[in-house]
Amino acid sequence: MSTSTPSNPPTQATSVAPAHSDHDDELVKVHWLDRVPGRGNPAAWPLGLAGALVLIAGTFLSWSYTSDVLGDLSVNFWPGGVQICMIVLGLVALVLLLAHRGPLAGLGAWLDTATSVRALGLGAVAYMLGALGTIAVKSGGIININPGGWISLVGALMLAASGLMLVSRQTKDPLFAKTSSWLEICTIIVLMALVLFGAAYALDVGDGASFVLFLLFVASVAWGLSKAGVFTWIGLISQKNRQVLMLGAFAVAFLFPFTQGGSDENMSIATQVLIFAATALGLNIVVGLAGLLDLGYIAFLGAGAYVGATLSASAFATIDWKPPFLIVVLLGACFSALLGLIIGSPTLRVSGDYLAIVTLAFGEIFRLTMGNLDGNNGPVLTNGPNGIPAIPDLNFFGFDFGQPHVIAGITLGRFANYYFLLLVIAAIIILVFTRLNNSRIGRGWVAIREDEKAAEAMGVNVFGLKLFAFAGGAFLAGMAGTVKAHHDVSVTPDQYIFLESAFLLAAVVLGGMGTVAGVLVGATILKLLPEKLRFVADYRLLIFGLVLVLMMRFRPEGLVASQRRKLEFHEDDEELAQRIEEVHLEEAEAKA
Amino acid sequence: MSTMLEVKDLVVAYGKIKAVKGISFTVDEGQVVSLIGTNGAGKTTTLRTISGLLRPASGSIRFQGKRIDETPAHDIVSLGLAHSPEGRRIFPRLSVEQNLLLGAFARRDGDIKKDLQAAYDLFPILGERRAQAAGTFSGGEQQMLAMGRAMMSRPKLLMLDEPSMGLSPLMMKTVMSTVTTLQEQGTTILLVEQNAQAALKRASKGYVLEVGKIVLSGTGAELLESDEVRKAYLGED
Repeated sequence: MSTSTPSNPPTQATSVAPAHSDHDDELVKVHWLDRVPGRGNPAAWPLGLAGALVLIAGTFLSWSYTSDVLGDLSVNFWPGGVQICMIVLGLVALVLLLAHRGPLAGLGAWLDTATSVRALGLGAVAYMLGALGTIAVKSGGIININPGGWISLVGALMLAASGLMLVSRQTKDPLFAKTSSWLEICTIIVLMALVLFGAAYALDVGDGASFVLFLLFVASVAWGLSKAGVFTWIGLISQKNRQVLMLGAFAVAFLFPFTQGGSDENMSIATQVLIFAATALGLNIVVGLAGLLDLGYIAFLGAGAYVGATLSASAFATIDWKPPFLIVVLLGACFSALLGLIIGSPTLRVSGDYLAIVTLAFGEIFRLTMGNLDGNNGPVLTNGPNGIPAIPDLNFFGFDFGQPHVIAGITLGRFANYYFLLLVIAAIIILVFTRLNNSRIGRGWVAIREDEKAAEAMGVNVFGLKLFAFAGGAFLAGMAGTVKAHHDVSVTPDQYIFLESAFLLAAVVLGGMGTVAGVLVGATILKLLPEKLRFVADYRLLIFGLVLVLMMRFRPEGLVASQRRKLEFHEDDEELAQRIEEVHLEEAEAKA
Repeated sequence: MSTMLEVKDLVVAYGKIKAVKGISFTVDEGQVVSLIGTNGAGKTTTLRTISGLLRPASGSIRFQGKRIDETPAHDIVSLGLAHSPEGRRIFPRLSVEQNLLLGAFARRDGDIKKDLQAAYDLFPILGERRAQAAGTFSGGEQQMLAMGRAMMSRPKLLMLDEPSMGLSPLMMKTVMSTVTTLQEQGTTILLVEQNAQAALKRASKGYVLEVGKIVLSGTGAELLESDEVRKAYLGED
């Protein structure tokens, strides 16, 4: 096993490995990458540059003979959405390559450019194969692929080959990058704008194949940038400029309906995402912060919704008292919290597994009870399986949520109205979440998660704090539920099945327990994908299960995770522990 | 010298099995009192009952004259009674500093910074590694952290459950001399140990526990001299 190229560990540019003496060769484990022919070859860099340029050039030519596949890709020098994605990817790769060697070399010291180019290249290849495959299948043959598509594919292959051959020259950890605050704030603003633009584009994409390609594009770029270490830096600056980030995120969320030109179809999806996200954020307090496994959380949302429905002006409402909506919100939230207290107080004294079983049962009991309170087996409260239909739209001080309103020339329909209200509720939940997380209560929860007995010996009121998390989470879900009742128009028991609880939990786990951004991402993915991937609707749960299994294997801490969380899942990773320690020291010194 | 802790006819049972069968003892202010005994004698059970983690079947516990056997554990810490549990029970994934701060969880005053420094002065190694995950510490360092953490609640009475468990003789010396230092600084200490020699040498008073009963008591020196202790715990015939 004697290779002519120096065999460096792929990510450590600092160790310029000396040639191994023959006798210890067998003991040294060589990374598979180091066996790639031509690794470290000086030609890799120009090859990559050429690849990125060829990839971009190809997008300006026609990809498809027919104009009815993946939007219109048949016009020369007029790239469609699917092609623009590759232009963006090519440009990102170009910047990284120029940072690897060339005018942006200063940047290259901080970023793991080689690994990143590899990820981008492989992503581009997958994307091109997907796009060309779709064209071939849908328009009836490979013959319908025009030269532009082949050129871009060749470019992608060149890029991937270059990525496999490049050797990282990163010498500094982006975690310790010092950047000026205006650059940081600009980055956050640009990032937010991209999110807004991307969300609007994704919702507008009509056919499933284009949407899958868009996802592939986003995943490739995200993978590439995260490999480069850009996300480490972004995580750092977003923590440093948390106010700006929060403000920016809300500005984006607020502006979103204005990008939809009054389309009720897209706004309906967006409000559903928001309801789901707000509920998942509430669950995140219970699961992510206090570490309590709640498998029946949807019941608390349902309790709020039923309170909202029975006290509404619907002709089918069973209670004659019609208080103003703000009071209904409070009542719904308190009713949910009360249920939480009733379920929690006997079960929170025992350990986690029991709580999971009891909450699972509670979710079912709630659903069945709501299905039976129809006058046959008890009081008429919920009309049984028929539920309470025809719940009228909300009306705040003359502002009718059912009517479209025109603001600055843009029509905002019924769903946009609810979207804004739900945004306020999500903001309240996020505020509660972050305040709690950084409080004395939050520290108590950390102690409970780590070691309940030791926490008790430290004077942490373990039972009290657990009950508080449980009832508090229920309160927030109940609040969201009252709005959901009006948004959905009708409330029936079968909206609150166990699968919904499972999806909520999946959103929290997939996104990243204990983080706001992660859960928002997780909730968006879980709610948006089924809407957009209707052509694989039958396989939805199968795909979802596969994704979860893969996530737990490769990234158990979730898509977005704090460094501390990562350590909880990768206890043996000494390098990570070391990094966290250094960050802690820096923080402590900054405070002193 | 006033009585700090008074345990009277304490019985603790796990289901039907009595682990502690009616013991009485007192700890006076400023003393180091040792509770020694073999495995299963009921030492740890006694400590866990005093700190409120277990409930007695009968008997009473008074701390500074006030009954605490019905008080919840988290309130007992606020009264000034700290428990450094058996096996140290530090939070392994949290940093040293976070561990210490959690020790001060029951306090609501602003002096916590000062006490953090005091803990670092007492155990310089903790200050040097304050950002390190506590789980990466050696046994002795973890014990120091556990003691430092317990001190963060500013206890009047500190209960140490087998601080010498699993430590090298050298590290044990350090830990035991810290017990003396803490006593000199005015903390009353209830020390539970299997290592009778080390525990009794420093004790103003000692009790020998055997299968849930106190079989012998006296000053530390008396117990060290007594034939029973020498035979049973110090391996002499």
